[in-house]
Amino acid sequence: MRKLLLFLLAPLLVSAESPRLVPDVSQRKIEIIYSFTGAELLLFGAILYPGGRAPSDGAQIAVVVKGPAEPVLIREKRKIAGMWINTDSADFRSVPSFYALASSKPIASIVDPRTAVIYELGIDNLQLSPASGGDPAEDQRFETGLIDLKRRGGYYSETDRGVEISEGVLYRARIAIPARVPVGSYTAETFLIEKGRVIAAATRQIEIHKSGMEAFVARAAERHSFIYGLTAVLLSLVLGWAASAAFRRLRE
Amino acid sequence: MDLYLPIAGLSVNILVIIGLGGLVGVLSGMFGVGGGFLTTPLMIFYGIPPAVAVASSAPQITGASVSGVLAHGGRDGVDYHMGAVLVAGGAVGSLIGGFLFRLLQDVGQIDTVVTVMYVVMLGGIGIVMARDAIGALMTQWRGEPPRSSSRRHHPLIAVLPFRWRFYRSGLYISPLAPLLLGFATGVMTVLMGVGGGFILVPAMIYILGMSARVVVGTSLFQILFVTAATTLVHAMTTQKVDLVLTGLLLIGSVTGAQFGARFAMKIKPEYLRLILAFIVLVVAIRMLLGLTWRPPEIFTVQPL
Repeated sequence: MRKLLLFLLAPLLVSAESPRLVPDVSQRKIEIIYSFTGAELLLFGAILYPGGRAPSDGAQIAVVVKGPAEPVLIREKRKIAGMWINTDSADFRSVPSFYALASSKPIASIVDPRTAVIYELGIDNLQLSPASGGDPAEDQRFETGLIDLKRRGGYYSETDRGVEISEGVLYRARIAIPARVPVGSYTAETFLIEKGRVIAAATRQIEIHKSGMEAFVARAAERHSFIYGLTAVLLSLVLGWAASAAFRRLRE
Repeated sequence: MDLYLPIAGLSVNILVIIGLGGLVGVLSGMFGVGGGFLTTPLMIFYGIPPAVAVASSAPQITGASVSGVLAHGGRDGVDYHMGAVLVAGGAVGSLIGGFLFRLLQDVGQIDTVVTVMYVVMLGGIGIVMARDAIGALMTQWRGEPPRSSSRRHHPLIAVLPFRWRFYRSGLYISPLAPLLLGFATGVMTVLMGVGGGFILVPAMIYILGMSARVVVGTSLFQILFVTAATTLVHAMTTQKVDLVLTGLLLIGSVTGAQFGARFAMKIKPEYLRLILAFIVLVVAIRMLLGLTWRPPEIFTVQPL
């Protein structure tokens, strides 16, 4: 009976014994202002080993910054009658708008494939939820196309050896946020990996939003669309008139 | 010098955008076209999302045409009567265009349809204009007196009922013809992000047979109103008008338009038409090649 109880409690005891992560990010908020050309996030923290146990050499860190997921429609072009025309399409329900992974060693070499799928570690392990319910081979083709686009656009990236671990305790990683990223709530996840398994994980939120004049314009366009449109027309009329008046003055 | 565009959601080089606006402004001042047929494709090429490029070029064309309308209006170069008919047609056209835009977007063929439209219209008009301008220049070089055209306007125009007198245009024709013309340019303004000047000007000369003095001014007058209406339509439906982008383009184009208008006075109209025909043909050929070449991206993503 006692043995059984101990056996049942074992996972709890082990988790109490396993290391803990204390993560942080350099910026909890990224504000997009007129001069925004991208940002660099610093993800850093410490691995706490219970009872002052010596840090294990095998421990590896992976950090993932993920943007808000959105449903997308992807279309494929084919050559028809000499012209490249959109033909087939597929829907994906949850496509992260941004995904950047950095790890202390190439990700495939430190996690086993099952863990990688569960924690969505690696671009190829993202679960994009195809909605068409069609042929899996076809979904795969669209998924490859979508990922390739995102990767070349700088929205998806994987950096091997992008995380530095010092003394087996402190880690840090830099992740570049390009200027084109969509706004919203981002998550920065940190995973402690040992022997192919994730043994500790921690998450921090990062808000990316427009501020100042940028936010004002974006909000006005959304909420007061008629006045916004009218402003655009007036602005163009005034600028056009002012230029012609100024040039007439110059000529005289 | 980078600046973040709030609606487009990316940062651009200020000087590139102002320069683009300036180039288009010179063209609009010289030829009386809004220049949208160049701005929109160039902005998309630069990386601005197509929807934002189309929506933001509309107010830019409005601004570029103001000074032209004022200048031409000052020397009786605008037929307001004809302009009003064109604007009425354009307003209906832009509404129908908005409907078509959404329909084509849903079936995923908007890009192909727009490109084919560009190729067919620019190609056709470019050829007609080039042939006409070269013909006129040839007769001049041979020292013959300019051949006066035997007919004022296209025979089909004369068939239409309810004729009106358009004094400044020197025409006695049915208002249905300019109404249809305005309608067609209205549809194009919404679909293609162009003012429609490159269709209007040749159509006024070769189809309606308007007197050359009022062609440019009247076309600018129509473009001014239709692009203003289109801006409002875009602001309220697609919400993709980027004021910062528009502002930058305007700064370039309003100044460019002034220089363009001065060049235009120094160059013979035949040469002017030949240059415009050349530019129009180059854009058409580039777009035709773009349709047949394997595109750099086979896949395109559209948020749902």
